[in-house]
Amino acid sequence: MTRLHPAVLFTALTTLALLYLPMLAVAILSFNQTRFGLQWTGFTFDWYVRLFNNAEIREATINTLFLAVVSTLIATVLGTMLAIALERYPWSKRVSNWLDNLLYLPVVTPDIIMAATLVVVFGVLRQVFAIFEAGMFTMILGHVTFQIAFVTLIVASRLRSLGADLDEAARDLYADYGYYLRRILLPLLAPGIVAGAMLAFTLSLDDFVISLFTAGPASQTLPLFIYASVRRGVTPEIHALSTIIFLATMLLVLFAERLSRR
Amino acid sequence: MGKLIVWFGELATPGQLYRRGLWWLLPATLWLLTLLVLPSLLLIALAFAERGQFGEIIWNFNLENFRRVLGYGVFGFTLDNLFIFMRTVLVAFLTTLFCVVLAFPLAFFIASRPPRTRYLWLALVIVPFWTNLVIRTYGWQMLFSPGTPFTEFARALGVVGEGQGLYPSAFAVYVGMITAFLPFLVLPLFSSVERIDWSLVEATQDLYASRVRTFMQGILPQVAPGLTVGVILTFIPAMGMFVIPDLLGGSRSLLMGNLIQQQFLGAARDWPYGAALSIGLVVITLIGLAIYRRQAKEVDIV
Repeated sequence: MTRLHPAVLFTALTTLALLYLPMLAVAILSFNQTRFGLQWTGFTFDWYVRLFNNAEIREATINTLFLAVVSTLIATVLGTMLAIALERYPWSKRVSNWLDNLLYLPVVTPDIIMAATLVVVFGVLRQVFAIFEAGMFTMILGHVTFQIAFVTLIVASRLRSLGADLDEAARDLYADYGYYLRRILLPLLAPGIVAGAMLAFTLSLDDFVISLFTAGPASQTLPLFIYASVRRGVTPEIHALSTIIFLATMLLVLFAERLSRR
Repeated sequence: MGKLIVWFGELATPGQLYRRGLWWLLPATLWLLTLLVLPSLLLIALAFAERGQFGEIIWNFNLENFRRVLGYGVFGFTLDNLFIFMRTVLVAFLTTLFCVVLAFPLAFFIASRPPRTRYLWLALVIVPFWTNLVIRTYGWQMLFSPGTPFTEFARALGVVGEGQGLYPSAFAVYVGMITAFLPFLVLPLFSSVERIDWSLVEATQDLYASRVRTFMQGILPQVAPGLTVGVILTFIPAMGMFVIPDLLGGSRSLLMGNLIQQQFLGAARDWPYGAALSIGLVVITLIGLAIYRRQAKEVDIV
C-alpha cells in the first residue's frame, strides 16, 4: 500500500467526524440546563433523572425491547432453518435460484415499499381476523419479515465456510440425524446464529419505517416516540434518551463485531 | 429418484433428502410468501382499484391511478408529480454521487491502517449507521438551526438571513442523506480496496500513466465489484427515503417517499393511488440501476 496523500487523509477524517457530529450535538445538549434553545447555561444530569421517571418513555422502551426480542427469536429460528435448507440439501439449480431471489427481495426492496405492502395485507386480513388490528402483533410480523433474510445470509455464509468435512466425519462414525444436528451442526453454527440474531436485533431496534406503518395507538416504540416529539417540539429528555440509545447501540455493535471475528 | 447418493457424508436417495429438506425450507419460505411476495402482488392489483368515498377500496379495474401518478388529476393536468419524480431521482443520484466521492478517501484511509486497528476504524464507520436515523436527522436539525456555528458561518457568507436557520432547505436534506447513506458505500468499497493488487497500480506508474489514468485503469476496475454493491445499496433506499426530507426539508423538498407515505398514513388515505405511486417508484429505481449498469459497462466498471 502506497502512502496516503495528506488531502485524502484530511477528507477521510473530516468525513468520519461529520458522521458523528449530529450525535455529538445531541449528547452535549442532553447535559445542558436550559429547557429551550441551544444556549449553554450549565451542566446537569436532570434530564436523565426525568427520563427514568417518564411513564410514556418507560412504556415505549418496554415495547421496543419486547418487539426486538420476540421478532429476533422468530426470525433467528426461521432464518437458520432456511440457511440449513439452502446449504445442506441438493436443490436443483432452478429451485435454488428461485430461493436466492426470494432471499434478496427483502434486502433490495426500499423499506417504504415493504411497509406499504404490509399495510395493505394487514388491512385485508383485518376484515377476516380481528387479530390483525394494527398493534404489537402486526409489528412483530413486519419486523420478522425483513429480519429473516439477514439472518439467513449470515448463517448460510457460516455454513459454507464450515465445508463438508465435519459432517462427513460425523456420518462416518454412525451419528444419526438427530445426534448430528445436536452435537455437530448446531454447535458449529452457533457463532453464526448469534451474529445473525444480533444483526436482526439491531435492525429491529433501528427500524423506523416498518414500525411507523404497522404500529397501532397502543404500541408506541422509542423511534416512533422520538419522531413524534421531533415533529411537535423536542424536550431535553429526548436528548438524554437519544444519547442513551446511541451508547447502547454502540456497545451492541462493538460486542457483535468482537463475536463475529472469533 | 431411487438412486442412492452420498450427500454431506449421508447415504440417501434424493427423494429422502428433498422430503427432509422441505421441513427446513417451508417455515421461512411460507412466511416470506405470505407476508412479502403475495402482499407485493396484492399491491400491484390494488393500483388498478379505486378509492371509495371513505377511504375504502372499490375493486373495479381501471387505470385512473396511473393517470394520476403522471399528473392528470381531478383538476386537469399538473406538473407537480413529475417535478417530485425528477427531484427524487436528482436527490438520489446526487446523494449516491457525493457518497461515492467521499467513500473513496475513507475506504483508502481504513485500508491503509495497520491490520490491528483496521477493524476498529471500520466499526467507527458502522456505529453511526446503526444509530436510529430519526435521532441522527434530528441532530442535524439542531446543528442547522439559528445561532449554531454552521448557520453563523452561512450568515457571514450571506447565504441565510438574520434569524434564519440552514434548515428547512435542500442543502440540509442533502447533508442528512449523504451522512445517512455513506456507510452503505464505505463498507463494500473497503472490502474491495482491501484486496487491491498494488503491483498492477505500480505497473501503470512504471508505464508513465497520469494520476487520473492510474486511477481509472489501475484502481477503478479492481474496486468495481464493491463500488457497484455500494451504489445499489445507496441508490435504492435513497429513492424511497421520506424521513429526512420530512424533518430537514420544507414543502419544496417533498420526495416520492413522502407522497407514498401520505397516501397510506396521512389524512388523504388513498391506498390505490399509493400503490400506483409505489409501482412508479420501483420502476424508476430499476430504470436508474439499468442506466448505471450500461454506463458502468462502457467504462469497464462492471
